[in-house]
Amino acid sequence: MKLVVCAGPPSSGKTSVLKSVCGKLLQRENKIAYLKIDTQYAIEDEIFKKEFGIPTKKVYTGDLCPDHVNVLILGDGLNWAEKEGADVLLVESAGLCLRCAPYVEGGLGIVVLEVTSGMQLPLKLGPILSLADAAVMTKIDLISQAEKEVFRAGINKVAPNVCVLEADALHGIGISPLVKMIERCPEIVGELRLKGVPPLGVCTICIGKKEIGWEKHFGILRALEGDLFYRGE
Amino acid sequence: MMIETITILGGCSKSGDPEPVKEVNLKKGDVVSIVGPTGSGKTMLINDIELFASGDTPTKRRVLINGDEVLEEIRNNPHKNPIARITQHTTFLSDLPVCDFLELHAKIRQDGERYLIKKTLDLANQLSGENILLSSRMTELSGGQTRALLIADAVVIGNTPIILLDEVENAGIYKDRALKILRGYQKMMVFVTHDPVITLFSDFRIVMRNGAMEKVIKTTEEEKKAAEEVKRVDNLLMDLREKIRSGETIELKEVVV
Repeated sequence: MKLVVCAGPPSSGKTSVLKSVCGKLLQRENKIAYLKIDTQYAIEDEIFKKEFGIPTKKVYTGDLCPDHVNVLILGDGLNWAEKEGADVLLVESAGLCLRCAPYVEGGLGIVVLEVTSGMQLPLKLGPILSLADAAVMTKIDLISQAEKEVFRAGINKVAPNVCVLEADALHGIGISPLVKMIERCPEIVGELRLKGVPPLGVCTICIGKKEIGWEKHFGILRALEGDLFYRGE
Repeated sequence: MMIETITILGGCSKSGDPEPVKEVNLKKGDVVSIVGPTGSGKTMLINDIELFASGDTPTKRRVLINGDEVLEEIRNNPHKNPIARITQHTTFLSDLPVCDFLELHAKIRQDGERYLIKKTLDLANQLSGENILLSSRMTELSGGQTRALLIADAVVIGNTPIILLDEVENAGIYKDRALKILRGYQKMMVFVTHDPVITLFSDFRIVMRNGAMEKVIKTTEEEKKAAEEVKRVDNLLMDLREKIRSGETIELKEVVV
């Protein structure tokens, strides 16, 4: 199973990028499952199911931080995708907290940023950009060459090693390199761990425990299925 | 890398048939138009150029630089991409004075050389005819000024060897003059256009139909002469527009050609 985690600010174009990617991966005979993590409203799972006929799932995180929920449920999510017969799991995160990064070691982390958010946006982002493997700049047809280049220079400054892609995802332009990156990405094996240390906080995820899976944590938890529960002493 | 030529190798039409045109070569300094009805595949063609398609787009075209396949490194690395594209939707979003804005771009592109800012502004002003000041705010620019500055910035500071212009013709630019000036920069300029002036002042035009390159027409000597007449009509319309905009009335004798 390959794990692709896609994050980025709301309405930056994550879904359009993933739809484009999904279409191309399916054409190349990959089997895809799609998991959407959002706080209170999402219809993307239905869109993917309807358009591509692939297994989809969504999780509402309610009062919890979406990246927090991501850590708790991703292990279960991979098992679910496995059972569904997928060989690539696409995870789309709500991406509300820019201090966190939901990317997993051994998986592919994609951050989607719209160039129309202002030239300084990359400089304002932390790990969600600096720990990504690929940064996709979307809506490139709407903005001047100058602003595009300043935006890109900002990304390079924050994340010198990230692979920067420019895309007009609605029209599927500039998506192929991402598809290749996913195909080259190794299978995810062994214990799942976050790429980055989470920000300071008071729960076991927030204090920096990187293990994936609710079994590894204390406090207010949840599994992929079912409600929140408390585990502790 | 110096780009001397771009070669487009034909793929297939929307219905999957081989394209009638098998090969088109663009040389440095060429001005080329892409024409055809709406939905005929004009934008698809410049998408292919912009992406340096290698048989991996729906049209199956391939685009070569200097006769060679384009390295993935160049195709995938926006920083190395030698193409600037300006569409009818492209605009500036910054609310900065023009001077600060251009300086920001020059800083990351060309080590902030100050003379480039003046050079860009001069070119923009030559293109638009409505004077832009360095102190103007970007958001105060008119449609014509914005268009002119977008092009000038891409040409001078962006300095990309290939510029794709997707239906950017509109009010406020004297097209024939703009084309003459832009030719001086020795770029490859590719216009997607419905405009007779731009088309007839191009070196050749690619005619699109049903997603395919139907034929390539080199601008004939007769067309070049006709272009001068078309230009006169176009300029007449532009002058009329200016007069109407400034509240004047129009006399019949002004419009009898």
